[in-house]
Amino acid sequence: MSIDLKTIKHISKLSRISVDDQKAEKLAGDLNSIFEFIEKLNELNTDNVVPLTSVAETTLKLRSDEVQSENIRDQIIKNSPEDNEDFFVVPKVVE
Amino acid sequence: MSNITSQSLTSLVKNIKDKKLSSEEITKSFVDRSEKSKELNSYITEDFSNAIEKAKKFDQSPNLDLKLPGIPMAVKDLFCTKNLRTTAGSKILENFIPTYESTVTQNIWNEGAILLGKLNCDEFAMGSSNETSFYGNVQNPIDKDLVPGGSSGGSASAVSGQLTPITIGTDTGGSIRQPASFTGTVGLKPTYGSCSRYGIVAFASSLDQAGPMAQNVEDCALLQEVISTYDTKDSTSTEYKRNHYSKELNKDIKGKKIGIPKEYRVDGMPKEIEELWQKGIQYAKDCGAEIIDISLPHTSYALPTYYIVAPAEASSNLARYDGVKYGFRAKGENLIDMYEKTRSEGFGAEVQRRIMIGTYVLSSGYYDAYYLKAQKVRKLIKNDFDEAYKKVDAILTPSTPSSAFKIGEKKDDPVSMYLNDIFTVPVNLAGLPAMSIPAGHDANGYPLGLQIIGKAFDEQGILNISYAMEDKINFKNKITDWWIK
Repeated sequence: MSIDLKTIKHISKLSRISVDDQKAEKLAGDLNSIFEFIEKLNELNTDNVVPLTSVAETTLKLRSDEVQSENIRDQIIKNSPEDNEDFFVVPKVVE
Repeated sequence: MSNITSQSLTSLVKNIKDKKLSSEEITKSFVDRSEKSKELNSYITEDFSNAIEKAKKFDQSPNLDLKLPGIPMAVKDLFCTKNLRTTAGSKILENFIPTYESTVTQNIWNEGAILLGKLNCDEFAMGSSNETSFYGNVQNPIDKDLVPGGSSGGSASAVSGQLTPITIGTDTGGSIRQPASFTGTVGLKPTYGSCSRYGIVAFASSLDQAGPMAQNVEDCALLQEVISTYDTKDSTSTEYKRNHYSKELNKDIKGKKIGIPKEYRVDGMPKEIEELWQKGIQYAKDCGAEIIDISLPHTSYALPTYYIVAPAEASSNLARYDGVKYGFRAKGENLIDMYEKTRSEGFGAEVQRRIMIGTYVLSSGYYDAYYLKAQKVRKLIKNDFDEAYKKVDAILTPSTPSSAFKIGEKKDDPVSMYLNDIFTVPVNLAGLPAMSIPAGHDANGYPLGLQIIGKAFDEQGILNISYAMEDKINFKNKITDWWIK
């Protein structure tokens, strides 16, 4: 299997990471060597194996549906790169 | 009292309790040594003047019943600390100041410890040499231009260089044990579910665990006792009876069955690692343990499995860095352009690489072939350990396939860098506890570590084995203070 530049561009779009041609070339090389290494898993027959999703073999606990944090809007907004005190601000999305 | 910084945590605690040392004296000593050790680049953010203020305050009305009374401590910069910048080694969090505290660090402050600052690490804990940090390489106190390992490289460097008496790191695939091995220090990765992940910057949520890094096993046991608590804020935190690890620590491991997995004898492993392992086996025998040969047949599949599971989880976890809610934002022509430029400029090369791998293995058409396949192999790896633990109490292996390497040596070859974690990764996939203890030196005088892997939630068992072996090994770290002018 080989990851070509078209695939890199596709993954970069899905990842929301902009990639120029030079960076795409480098990534294709790196990802191909990593996937070559990963292909080793195909040696194993896993048809009847149940996938392991978590090592914590317990059912997740439920808690009662109660409000636990009071008015923390200021704390939430505090680290945003741009806000107008009440809201996060993003580039215009509706013309 | 001279050379305060060379004392173990246990000895510092005793000296405070016996009123032979004040918190201020101790804190000033570590601050002073840290100030002289800038060349190591162990710290990302210092909080020294606050630390001294807190120490003075502690001394005014000292509570000597606490477990870490007035003890200064620096922590890995992956733990959110309220009102003190937390970067995860990334540019994207360069200006992030948490409004809340991680559970693990809160537990530490509740026992009387004082924050010295935040320690360098690989970006989002993705790396084995600390070279992916946006804040620069960290020097290994063992020798100039030697990597301290990673991702908890700043933590390992700071403990080994005596800039902090003890610290905490995080371990997703070896990030506590590998740097401990590279710096001649002790590191414990607890069982998944032992320490709360609340407030730790997430990398791969089914693998991440916080744990102590120390100069010796006793100190490690004490800190583990403090940080391991059940926490409702982490849905995978496990409720079980936690030991008083430091109180119950003992060297009696007579009759303990220790397994030696033949699959860890990998091709191309240096002779000195094999010799170290044999020495370790002899030490264990000398302590009265019974050695049993075992097989973990799927060991060689662990690393490829890890490099699907960890990036998949990372790509999902790191989706939150979008330049909107917190962190760095780049200018863009529209919303999508802003996202793409923010992430391209805000993340470093290794993090981008892993996000792309993760996105690819989770994408439509590839999920079954990669992600599902990896989850199935992960089950086989866990089954191997379950089988082995029917016969043995613990497993002994080398911690790493080599000693520390030079800065820059493996930077451009991701696969060769990943191979560093070949002995540590299976443990994370199976969710088990494991420790690295220093056990010898290579021809250059660089430290080498042995790994003791335990049954789930048997931290006490591996602490005791490590404690007994430490006594026999009698390791001395060769630190020359070369960086202090």
